[in-house]
Amino acid sequence: MKIFDRNLSNISRRDFLKMAMGGGLAVTGLAATENIAPSKDVSAKSDGDNNIINESQESTSQNHHGRPGTVGQVDHSANGFDPLTLLYEWDFGQVSQLPSGQTLREYHIAAYDKEIEIAPGIFFPAWTYNGRVPGPSLRCVEGDRIRIKFVNAGSHPHTIHFHGIHAARMDGIPGVGAGEIMPGDETIYEFDAFPFGCHLYHCHSNPLKRHIHKGLYGAFVIDPDPARHQGEDEQIARQRNHQFPESDEYNEMVMVMNGFDTNFDGDNEVYAANSIAFAYMKEPIKIKRDQIQRLYLVNITEFDPINSMHIHANFFDYYDHGTTLKPTLKTVDTIMQCQAQRGILEFSFKDFEPGLYMFHAHQSEFAELGWMGFFEVSE
Amino acid sequence: MKPGEDITTASEKKSNPSRNIPLWVSVLIPVLAIGLMLLLFAYGNPLSLFTANLPPIEDINVERIRVVEDGFEVTLVNGGPDPVTIAQVIVDDAYWNYQISPSPTLPRLGRAKVDIPYPWVENEPHAIVLVTSTGTTFEGEVPVATTTPTPGVREFLAYGLLGIYVGIIPVGLGMLFYPAMRKMGRKWLGALLSLTVGLLVFLLVDTMLEALEIANELPGVFQGIPLILIAALLTWLLLLALSSQRKKSIGSDPARQAIYLSTMIALGIGLHNLGEGLAIGVAFSIGEAALGSFLVIGFMLHNITEGVGIVAPLVPGKKKPNPGEEQSNAKDSDPTKERQVTKSPRLRIFIGLTLLAGAPAILGSWIGGFAFSPILAVLFLGIGVGAIWQVIVEVVSLLRSYSKRDGTPFISWMNLGGFVVGIAIMYLTAFLVKF
Repeated sequence: MKIFDRNLSNISRRDFLKMAMGGGLAVTGLAATENIAPSKDVSAKSDGDNNIINESQESTSQNHHGRPGTVGQVDHSANGFDPLTLLYEWDFGQVSQLPSGQTLREYHIAAYDKEIEIAPGIFFPAWTYNGRVPGPSLRCVEGDRIRIKFVNAGSHPHTIHFHGIHAARMDGIPGVGAGEIMPGDETIYEFDAFPFGCHLYHCHSNPLKRHIHKGLYGAFVIDPDPARHQGEDEQIARQRNHQFPESDEYNEMVMVMNGFDTNFDGDNEVYAANSIAFAYMKEPIKIKRDQIQRLYLVNITEFDPINSMHIHANFFDYYDHGTTLKPTLKTVDTIMQCQAQRGILEFSFKDFEPGLYMFHAHQSEFAELGWMGFFEVSE
Repeated sequence: MKPGEDITTASEKKSNPSRNIPLWVSVLIPVLAIGLMLLLFAYGNPLSLFTANLPPIEDINVERIRVVEDGFEVTLVNGGPDPVTIAQVIVDDAYWNYQISPSPTLPRLGRAKVDIPYPWVENEPHAIVLVTSTGTTFEGEVPVATTTPTPGVREFLAYGLLGIYVGIIPVGLGMLFYPAMRKMGRKWLGALLSLTVGLLVFLLVDTMLEALEIANELPGVFQGIPLILIAALLTWLLLLALSSQRKKSIGSDPARQAIYLSTMIALGIGLHNLGEGLAIGVAFSIGEAALGSFLVIGFMLHNITEGVGIVAPLVPGKKKPNPGEEQSNAKDSDPTKERQVTKSPRLRIFIGLTLLAGAPAILGSWIGGFAFSPILAVLFLGIGVGAIWQVIVEVVSLLRSYSKRDGTPFISWMNLGGFVVGIAIMYLTAFLVKF
């Protein structure tokens, strides 16, 4: 597994055609034979994992009645992605200048099958973009020319459908333009990045439900171009645009709320932000209290009509779809999103007491099935 | 026949050369062939074409969930062909910490115990889901949470009493009708026996359905339904063999025959009551018996009829035989001779019959309460089905001989009426205990 994955991360910059389907199948086969017994010293392990939880809740009765959460640890290196680093990873593409002066960003995305461990010991036969779920978080600037070379190295026909403004033939749906890309085939999606905001992309092959919940989705963020905005808005656009130093004041994170139907009964067994159940519970997200936080939040959860996010002991400003420079909701602590809805949360823990501040879906069921975590706020 | 046999063996000796091979060699040849075949399949994998990319088949059976003070103890059996690894546990839609022993990986037919510390809520349902490494889920249910009894002296006595309430007491009460049944006279005898048949038919159906219900929860590998049918068939054959032996030992003494038949009925009913005790024991231990005393009273009323049924064959025919009839019946040792019996059987016989029919309920409620095993339950209920069937056959043959003797139709209005009343009483009193 490990050797194979290391290869993948190198190859992800190159063409995936050579490995094609055989590779995907091999991964699945290997993982199936590998014994992942959550170890005999399960109790000892889980004690280690959840120390933080116990401290924060300062409750001894919690031990007596058991603790919520999963037992054991996910092998992030075998998965090839770690939810803690995935928070901050952006794919800005290969940047160049078109003769017209327009910025060109070229991305490489390959779809392939890969088994991922979504909760300790639970393996999901995922379909991935570039070997990770969610796929790479694409980042660009309003008005940039976007060119995505898409290779289907998976076992089923796939597409990439972007939420954004583009021509019909670039829509990445079956039967229009390039349509479904067959295994072993490739295509190029090209369009100008509009409108600025927090968007997403996903596979639009049929059956849609299956192609989405198997893992083919990712965040797609278009920063506002200050040159296109005037006055106060220009300043805000600078703070939102990764190319300007003003944006450095912000700690930017991306979370894709998703779920996994591990037994394929049309209902999710695992919920998470960025795929791994309780990942930010077991390893809290460290943030400095003086820094302003900007969270790009996308909901792609299949089967459930909505998902939500609630931050404990704090309030935030919310920009629905991220397509405005002024908040669409001010001073809220819970927002909900239907599938494919997304937005930007801005908040700060300035002057707060350091400690563990929880966040989770405020559907308790989703929270307790994995979509729960902590910000570890320090000075 | 003997000369013929000799001839065939003699001709075989001449024509069949295999006779010269020693016995151990002729046994060894097929054994070696089987061994070769197994080796071929184990190492050669001739079926690889079919199984290359198939996911493993997982079949985990939640055998028992004990509710303990600080959580649940779940016993699992792997009834599938492949090893299964338990990865996580979900309680009431929340991932929950757990410990599993001896190993999270269960081999085929392997078992594991999962301890889940959990703040369960008294009298409320809880759902436990086990997620395997492939993401497959298996569910267990706690219908009404209440502490599962642990075998202690107090609990042992309590469950024993439960068995006495639903088994021994009602059967004994039913037998109190015996003097009245004697007074009713011969005219009613057919109707009383028919009532017994009705009762037994109801119990046959009830036992069968109970057995099927538990069999459906068994892992497929244990083949629950064949187990019931085979247990029933073997029991029936065993009782047939016993009854043919009895004909020699008892002879034609009608009093002993009547007692024998009553004993058979008591045995069949006893096996049914064992199943009933199991069900009640389980219901109380998993807290389903919140109905408590209502349920117990229901079973008491329900089972009183069993006492009536058991003593029905002991009611003697009072009528003096007319000489012609006597003669015609002299040759075959038919049970109608019973009519000559006028003396009641001794009290200890009634007590013995009561214990035989009622005491298994005590055993059942102990097993159900403390050590419920679905396989044993299916086996016992299957035996019950076979026994009740044989008892029906015997009572019906007694009825038939009565009708032959009296020259009345076998299915007379009287007999049919008794049969219907027997079934109706059982069906209606079952309203108190079925839910």
